[in-house]
Order: sequence, then C-alpha cells, then structure tokens
Amino acid sequence: MIINHPLLGPRDAQEFVYHGDASLIDRPDANAETALDDFHDYLYLRDNPAGSHKELWFHEQGLRSWLVVTRDTTTQEISLVELASDYAKRRGWDR
Amino acid sequence: MSDHILTPLTALGKTTSTTDIIGGITLCENPNFAIASLAVRQGRGQDLQTLLTPVLDGELPGPGRAVLSESATAIWTGNGQWFLMAPLSEHPDYAAEIKDLVKDTASVTEQTDGWVIFDLTGDDLVPMLERLCNLNSKALAAGHATRCLIEHLGCLIICRESGRNFTILGPRSSASSLHHTLVTAAHSVA
Amino acid sequence: MSQRNRLEGGLIERRRPLSFSFDGKSYTGYAGDTLASALLANDVRLMGRSFKYHRPRGVFSAGSEEPNALVELRSGARREPNSRATVTELYDGLKAESQNKFPSLRFDVLAINDALSSFLSAGFYYKTFMWPSAFWEKVYEPAIRRAAGLGRLSGEEDTDTYDKGFLHCDLLIIGAGPSGLAAALTAGRAGADVILADEDFLMGGRLLAEKDLLSVRQGSDWTADVIGELSNLPNVRLMTRTTVFGQYDHGIFGAVERVLDHVLEPQPHKPRQVLWRIHAKRALLTAGATERPIAFENNDRPGIMLAGAMRAYANRWAVTASKDVVIFTNNDDGHRTARDLSANGVNIAALVDCRTNAPTWKEFEVFSGGEIINSRGRLGLRSVKVRLQDGSVKEIACGALGLAGGWNPNVHLTCHKRGRPVWNKAISAFIPAPDGDPLLRVAGAAAGIFSTRGALKSGAEKAIDALEDLDISAHMPDLPEAEDAPINAAPFWYVKGGKGRAWLDLQNDVTVKDIKLAHQEGFKSVEHVKRYTTLGMATDQGKTANIGALAVLADLDGKAIPDVGTTIFRPPYTPVSIGAFAGRSRGKEFRPYRLTPSHKWAEEQGAIFVEAGNWLRAQWFPIEGETHWRQSVDREVLAVRKSGGVCDVTTLGKIDVQGADAAEFLNHIYSNGFAKLPVGKTRYGLMLREDGLAMDDGTAARLAEDHFVVTTTTANAVSVFRHMEFCRQCLWPGLDVQLISTTEAWAQFAVAGPNARKLLQKIVDPAYDISNEAFPYMACGEVTICGGLRARLFRISFSGELAYEIAVPTRYGDALIRRLMEAGREFDAIPYGTEALGVLRIEKGHAAGNELNGQSTAAMLGMGRMVSQKKDSIGRVLAGRPHLIREDDYRLVGLTPVSADSTILAGAHLMNIGEIASAANDQGWVTSTAYSPHIGSSIGLAFLKKGDQRHGDVIRIVNPLDDGDIEATVTGPHFIDPEGERLRV
Repeated sequence: MIINHPLLGPRDAQEFVYHGDASLIDRPDANAETALDDFHDYLYLRDNPAGSHKELWFHEQGLRSWLVVTRDTTTQEISLVELASDYAKRRGWDR
Repeated sequence: MSDHILTPLTALGKTTSTTDIIGGITLCENPNFAIASLAVRQGRGQDLQTLLTPVLDGELPGPGRAVLSESATAIWTGNGQWFLMAPLSEHPDYAAEIKDLVKDTASVTEQTDGWVIFDLTGDDLVPMLERLCNLNSKALAAGHATRCLIEHLGCLIICRESGRNFTILGPRSSASSLHHTLVTAAHSVA
Repeated sequence: MSQRNRLEGGLIERRRPLSFSFDGKSYTGYAGDTLASALLANDVRLMGRSFKYHRPRGVFSAGSEEPNALVELRSGARREPNSRATVTELYDGLKAESQNKFPSLRFDVLAINDALSSFLSAGFYYKTFMWPSAFWEKVYEPAIRRAAGLGRLSGEEDTDTYDKGFLHCDLLIIGAGPSGLAAALTAGRAGADVILADEDFLMGGRLLAEKDLLSVRQGSDWTADVIGELSNLPNVRLMTRTTVFGQYDHGIFGAVERVLDHVLEPQPHKPRQVLWRIHAKRALLTAGATERPIAFENNDRPGIMLAGAMRAYANRWAVTASKDVVIFTNNDDGHRTARDLSANGVNIAALVDCRTNAPTWKEFEVFSGGEIINSRGRLGLRSVKVRLQDGSVKEIACGALGLAGGWNPNVHLTCHKRGRPVWNKAISAFIPAPDGDPLLRVAGAAAGIFSTRGALKSGAEKAIDALEDLDISAHMPDLPEAEDAPINAAPFWYVKGGKGRAWLDLQNDVTVKDIKLAHQEGFKSVEHVKRYTTLGMATDQGKTANIGALAVLADLDGKAIPDVGTTIFRPPYTPVSIGAFAGRSRGKEFRPYRLTPSHKWAEEQGAIFVEAGNWLRAQWFPIEGETHWRQSVDREVLAVRKSGGVCDVTTLGKIDVQGADAAEFLNHIYSNGFAKLPVGKTRYGLMLREDGLAMDDGTAARLAEDHFVVTTTTANAVSVFRHMEFCRQCLWPGLDVQLISTTEAWAQFAVAGPNARKLLQKIVDPAYDISNEAFPYMACGEVTICGGLRARLFRISFSGELAYEIAVPTRYGDALIRRLMEAGREFDAIPYGTEALGVLRIEKGHAAGNELNGQSTAAMLGMGRMVSQKKDSIGRVLAGRPHLIREDDYRLVGLTPVSADSTILAGAHLMNIGEIASAANDQGWVTSTAYSPHIGSSIGLAFLKKGDQRHGDVIRIVNPLDDGDIEATVTGPHFIDPEGERLRV
C-alpha cells in the first residue's frame, strides 16, 4: 500500500504502523458523571465498516506523525490523508 | 573546550573514522558532525526563524528539504522539527550553543551521539541507493533530505549532489549493521 | 558433436558453441539456446518422469508455463530443483540432472505406479492415508515424499548472494513482445519514466518466434532497432531476465531479476538474483498468451508438445523435436506452425484439424474433421492414431506432435487484486475484465488481441492512454505493417470416448478421469476440484491445464465454461526462490543488531551476550575458574550488595520531553503526579493503558522547568514513544510539548552498591558535590566528569542498593566503562550483566516485564494508591472499574521455598494446601524467579489472590507439566531492605 503523506507525498505503507479506528481521537471527558460508561464505549465499541473507514496510521519510520487515513476497506482506495493533529484540532481537542 | 581524559570512539567502535573504497564508490564514516534537534514551541515559528536566519543565511527548510549553508546544515525532520548539523571539532557543545541562540522559541536536544554518519560519494550512486531504500533515488537532487528505511533501520538521507554525493544518518547503536548493509550494497553494484 | 535436430537459421550464435551435460552425458549447444532447445537439438526428448505415475515426459512448451521439463540444475550447494529447462539459459559448463527417477531416467522402478494408476486416482491421499495417525510421520509421509515429488533440495546452505531493491517509474510495462515494445517506444519517446521488463533473456516475445515480416523486415530485426532506440533513452530502463510476479495495492509490483543465473558461478559479492519492489504510477500488462493443448488418450509422451512452442523452437532456436511431425489443431494457428516447420525442412506427416472446413495446403496432408485418439512410444512418441472424419482410424508414424488448442491470454496479474476475468466467445478464452484496475491496463495478446498488428497498435494506444492519467502527452509511433489474421477457432478441449487416461495437468498427473471422479464424488466447485485433484498446483500453477479441466467440468454440469468459473490466480506468477526474498538478511545479518557503548570492552572481558530485542547485552562476565553461569551471576550479585558493581543500562528508552506544558503532559501519561516534581529530582512513574492496565514503568527526571528526561523499559522503548506521540498529537494537540528519543545519544551506566558514591566521587569533577546531603536519593543533575566532560547523573536504584546512573555522550561510553572499572578496583567493584541485574531486582521486588505483561493493574503491583484521582491521566477512569479494584484481586508477593533446596519455577501456579490442584482452585501464578545468593535459596515473585493479606502463609507451587509441587512461604515482594534504607544512605 501507499499512503500519500500530507507533508511528504507518497510513502510505502511499510514505514507506517496501523492503529485502527480514528475515533480514538475523540477521548471522552474523564470528569463526566458517565465517564466510566463513556470510556468503555470509547475503548471497546468500534464500527467495522465495509467501505469508507477513518483510521490511524503512525509514520514510525519517518517523521513520527500520526495520520488520519480515510480508506475504503473493500477496495483499499485511500481518499484522504490528514495529519492527526490537524484533525484533532479541528474537532476541538486543543482545549 | 574541556580537557577531560576520556578518548571517544566512533560509532563503528574505532578511534579513527573508517573508509571503504569499493569500485567507484567511497563510503566514509564521518564522526565530525555535531547534531542538535530543534522543535518549535507552539506559535513561535516566526520568532525561531528570525533568530536562526543569520546562522542559516535564510529560511529553515520545508518538508523533504535541507539547507546546506557554510556554517551549518539544517534538515527538516518532521512537522516543526529540524536537525542542525555543524563540525563537531568547532562545536563541542552544539546543543547548548543553539539553545542559547533560539532561547524559548524551540526545544533543543543534543543528538550528536544518536547517529552514525556516512558520507557516500561516487560517480553514479543511484544503483546503490536503489538497493537500499524505497525512494525514487534518481530524482533526489541537492538539498533533498528525507527519512527512509534502510534494512529495517530508520535513517535520514541527505543529497548533496544528485547521484554523486549523499550523507546517510543511521541509528548509532546499529552502526555496524548499517555499515555492513552499505558495504554489501556497494559490492553488489560496483 | 552432432546436433541432428538442428535446423537452419534462428537467433542462436553458431560461432559460440557451449558444452553442457544432462544426466552425466555431454552435449553441445549454442549461445542463445535454452537447455530445452539444446537438448532437443541433440535429439533428447525424454527429460523427466511425472509426479505421480513416473511416466516418461519431455519438453512441452517453450516458456515459463512448462509443466514437464523440470530438472535439477547445478550441483552441490547450488543445486536448484524444479528448474524449467525451457527458460534455463544455456551456459558453458551447465550441468543438469533429471528428476523423480530411480535408478535412471530410462528405467525407473517407480513406473510401477503407472500400472497401479487405478489406485492413485483423484483424492488418493485423502482416501488412503486417513489412519492410523501414527503412520503419518513414519510411513505415509516419507514414502510419499520419495515416490511422489519433484526435485531434491541440496540440504546445504545456499552459497550465492541475493539482493533486493526498489524502483520507481511512471509506467511499468510487463512483457516485451510486440505490444510491450510498441508501448515502451511510445512512452519512452514521450519522456515518461519507463520500466520495460521481460522474463526472457531476449526482448521481443513472440516476434522472436515468428517468421512473419514487419513491413519488409524480420520481426527480430525490428525488435533490435526498437531495443536500440530504447536503450539510448535515459528515461527507459530495460530489464531482461526479470519476471514481474505479483501486483499489490496502489501500483506496487514484485519482480525478480535473475542477474547471474546464466553463468556457472556468480562473481564474489555479486547477487545471483535481485528482488525488486517496483512502485509504478501506471502499469501495462503485455504478457502475451499461453497456448493450450487438446487432451486425448496417452497425450503425455515425450515429443508431444504445444504447436506454438514447436514453431518457436524452429524459428528462434533452429531446432525441431523430430524430423517427422504431426500437428493436431482446432484453429488456423496450428496451420501456421505446420507451414513454418515445413518451410524449415521438417516433414509434416499430417495435420489433423478437428474442424470439418480446415484449409488445405500443398506442402502436407490435412485431415479435416479428424481427431487424434491415442499415441504410442514408451520413452518417446513413435506414432499417433487418428480417427478420420469418416470414422476410420489411421496410424501415422511421427517423432513429435504439436497441439494447437487456441491461446489463453496471460491475465494472471490482473487477478492479483481480486480482478475476475471475463469470457470472450470469439477466442474461447478468458480476458481481463474491461472495467478492471485503472492502474493496470492490458494490451496485446494478454487482452485477447492476437494479431501482431493488433498487438502493436493496442500497446501504443494503451501507453498513450495510461500516460494521459499522468498528464504526459504521448503520440502514436510509426508502427510497421504486420500480420492481421482473424481468429478462426472452434472450441475443442478434449477427445471424448477413450477408455484410457487423457492428461489435463501434466505436472500433477491429473487426467480427465480424475476430474470426472472428483465431480462424481461431489466436488463440483472449481476451487474444490483443484484441491481434491491437485489440478493446477505446483510450479506451473496449471498454466496449460486449467482451461481443459474447466471444459470437462462444464460438460459434466451441462454448463458453459464461464459459468463454471475459474480459480483465483495469486502471486507469484512463476516460482520465486526463497533466497531472493531473504536478500541480504541472512545469518548474523538476519536483522540489524544494536550494540551498547560498552560492547567492545565487554567482549574483551569475555562477557556472554544475550539478545534483548535487537540489543546485544552482556548477560554475565565469567572470570577464571567459573564453569557454570550461576557461579558468575551469584558472584556478581553478592559483589554489588557488598561493595559495588557497574552495569550498562544504555538500552533503557530515553525520551526527551520539553515545552512549556511538559509537566502537564507527563501528568496525562503517568498515573501519578509530576506537576510538582522539583527541578533536579527524579520520580518513578507508572503508565497505564487506557483500559486501566499497566503499560510500562520508568522514571522522569526534571532537568529544568520545561525539560524532563523520561526513561522506559528496554522492551517498551518503541511502543511507549509511539504512545506518547499519540497522546501529544491526537489527544492533547494544544499542549506545548516536544518529544524526541535520545536512547542512542547517551551511554548510561548503573553504578550500584555501598561504595557507589565513593567510586563516583573519583570520576565526578570536584566542583560537583554528590554527597548524600547535596545529592540525595532521587536527585538528578548535570555534572562534569574526568576533567570536564559533561554528563548527567541520576540517583536512582533498580538493585535496591545505593546507586546512581551516569550518562555521557555515547562516544565516550567505552572510555567511561574503562575508567569506572579502574576507579572501582580499590573497592573490588565488578561489572555485572543482565542476569545479575534481574536477580537484584527480584530480590528488591521491583516489577519488570514479567509483571508488566499487559494483565496487571496498579493495585496488583501494589501501586494502587499511586493512581492519582485528582487529574485526567490515561487509564485512570477504566482503572476504576469495579472488577479491577476488587479487594480479593491478585497482589504481588514474594515466595521462598519451605525447603531451601527446592526450586521455584516461573509460570507455575499457586494452590492452597489441601486443595486439589485445578483451575477452579487456582490462587495465582509465579511471575519471576531467581536463585538469591542473598537469601540462599530460590525465590520468586508471584501474583496471589489477596496476597497482601497472606504474608507468612504457606502455599503450594504446582507445575503439572513437570509433576512439580513444592511448598513456599508467602512474603512481601521485597526480599532485601523492605524499608529502603540502603537506597538513602
């Protein structure tokens, strides 16, 4: 596979480590009343779509950036690659 | 300069640098590089650039690029991260020097001893590089610098002259393995 | 030397004769020959014995699809079984042996299997070798291995070298026949970055094998011109002897280049083969087509071969398998073979065409509407039996028979990414689906376009089309006039009505009968039939066999072939040697290793090394007189506790954490608090995973307000750094924190023991006060040593003794260990290895990898109260799950055997005295054990239910695997100095 890194361009998937569903970025509020249930769902309940999937890849043998990759699990087509930090900030995780 | 009594070894475990000449390829361990890593603090990019401009004679390089100036080499190593390299003999405590310069605009970490550095020269190094790393080796031009895997080792490759002059940084503890790989590849294509 | 079957012409170099041997007998061929063409030239038709029945077999094809002519090439460690003679380039001194014969190829005792064939039918293994199971290893397997099989491995280490590499291009063209060459010319002239690869040692593909002219020139001459032009283009890379064997995601292709397979012995250091990983923005499959046979009774004799192969042998190699040839065809292409052979001086004894309207020729007799129904000749074809249109039978003497059953496009690579080919009625063959992969286009015969003109044109067109995707504009080159004959073919797969065996798969000895039997037994899906009968397996993967079997299945089911379906083609297209996949990664260089800064010195001391991940660490340092590792380790442990020792701990992960929010960041990743840690102090930290279980432990030293150095265990250095980057980039991207690994940059040594300070005071420059008062337990700071070298000093202890870790830039590590040992001489300080390090930490009761195994909670480790509830740290919420904080959960304890000479074994389970040793009664398990010279017995750390409340109890340690069952006393996990006084002196 080839992942089109937003900063470096196309890089071989051999350089990356896969980490699964990008929903891991949306970490629940640890101080909420429902924190225990929220964290349970966050950690253990994942969608497993046949089709478009947002997932985390770590460029371990490169610049050590975490990426959010949108990949079609049935065709392997990668439609979008973003820096996870940008994605997380967009979702308001920079406080 | 300190005048301590300890004798340094090169990454290959020798007191002097090792040179291999294989066909038209020269591979030379270069222990005379001081390296400091630079990581910009949040929102301080412009301040950092201002402080560094005199040293670099210009801007910090962008993704996949290096600035090869007289006084220092700057390599983009990641988002907001760079390596600065200068002759170790003139800069024995380079990280401290750079920290004094950049102050709180960036985090500076001593990296001199984290790496083994090989200078690779020859008339046509593309065939050798094709055996080593998954880069479009023939497209590497002077000033290109990128991370790559060489025989499972995370390395950094700097192109000083297209096809003819490269600097390869590899993890220091695996210097022997990397050296073996480079020598084998050189023999293979020489 | 006689080469009695050599004809005139061809693309061989008659001025370069080459000598070679087959089964010990010497022959001569020419440069440009393959082993197969050279053997045929020397009238050798018998080249091997078949897989199951040991039937005599000869060459069947002229390419990589060869099922029969498999030989053992070379000798000794270089012996390579199952080498296809048809693609083995002849070289001077080549030695080959036939396979699967005993005692000789001409007389093979296991040919008895042929007489027993009715017992060896489809599913034979499944039916016969069911039971008793013990027979498998002792009888069935050895017997089968000997009787049924292909070549023998040498059993020796391969002495050749292999390499691998990476290539990048705009357009990869797979196959250098007419369409591939036209495509390369088009793309090369357009300036695109092109790779043209072909498995053959000459480019040209079928152009080399045909007599047809291109415009007014020989095809081979036009080819030479094109190759000449391409080789002068710097943007075109021509790769002969290179098989593109697989297509992978996103335009990645696997290829193997046989760089030096065609020489007797490669030069030293030069790889025989190179495995290439090719990144192609676009690819074009121009792999041509494979001819298919027609099955009939006894259709497997030496001399029976594909007609197109005969034509190739005659035109390219100037060789015929016999001077008297019969052709059996269902299409016009068979006639072309007959005419070419005839023009080359070969006698066409007959052309048998199953079509009733076959064209006729004055050069030879044509039997329209005829079928070949049987053959004769024990070790080589002598005659064929023909059933004529009127039903009469005629026997025709011949030494070779060419089978022309039509051509199958080589669609294999289009299927590697789940592409399914579609049936094309006009050519009665599968072609690539028209809406296939946009990254891989198909042209020429591989796309079912069989005329030379069509191949040239489609190659150029598809190249233009592919380059358009890349915004490279290319133009149609001037293509020569070429043959443009229509396909006249009648589907005809096998001759019906015979009683004997008609082979479909020559390599696996699968016959029409086998397919029928499998079908009768309920194996109707083509995938099931393949596995039940072994059809299409082994080195040729049924390239000439599968379609015939599909036809038989279709007839049995009353279906059309496309409704039967095909099996899925998977990589590799042809076999790739394991050596090529290994490349340079062999022996000691199987993977990179990591050396510690003191490695050279430790080697001088005679240290024994152990692999810790990729690190090589000194395990212990034997001294004179020590004959058992325990003697060395016990001595090292005692010496540390008594006076002092030095250990290289460089391998621990070190991560530099800087930034205005560095402390807050550490508060998130560690379960305990770091915000208030003063500058100049170190703190132990426990990291949890988000599920609340312990991930790793280590220390964080605060060098400045905004600067920490975090250590990890050696094993988790990589994964912890990855996790920290995840936290930084994905969870808290707003924090001002920067991370970088400095593991390699610092040589770090533990100096431990009551004399550690005195020893270090001799090293650390006097300007730095490291007295207990100025530099107390858990202090850290930057110092200089040995007259000015900057160093970092941490007062931390893994051994439980007064201890420090001192770090210097790695290049000084070797000098420092020498200096430390010299300074320690007056204290009898010793170097100690990982084994003693382990004993010391078990005696002290420190958790390590065995306890931090991904199943332990902080509470189990006795650190439950460390998990701060005041802040949001990773794992804090889920660590609070009721089940994980149960009072009766496991707790870390120490164990000492009741009888001092008993040994505690790690992994053993704990049981209460008087209870049956069963899973239901399980009380916990032993995690770490060691012989403690301090205690004078074996000791262990264990997780025991309610262990914290059971100190002093006696418990059983049960190891049912070894009938072990001993009693041990439960203690706290600290065997020495539970109050920690030694650390603080």
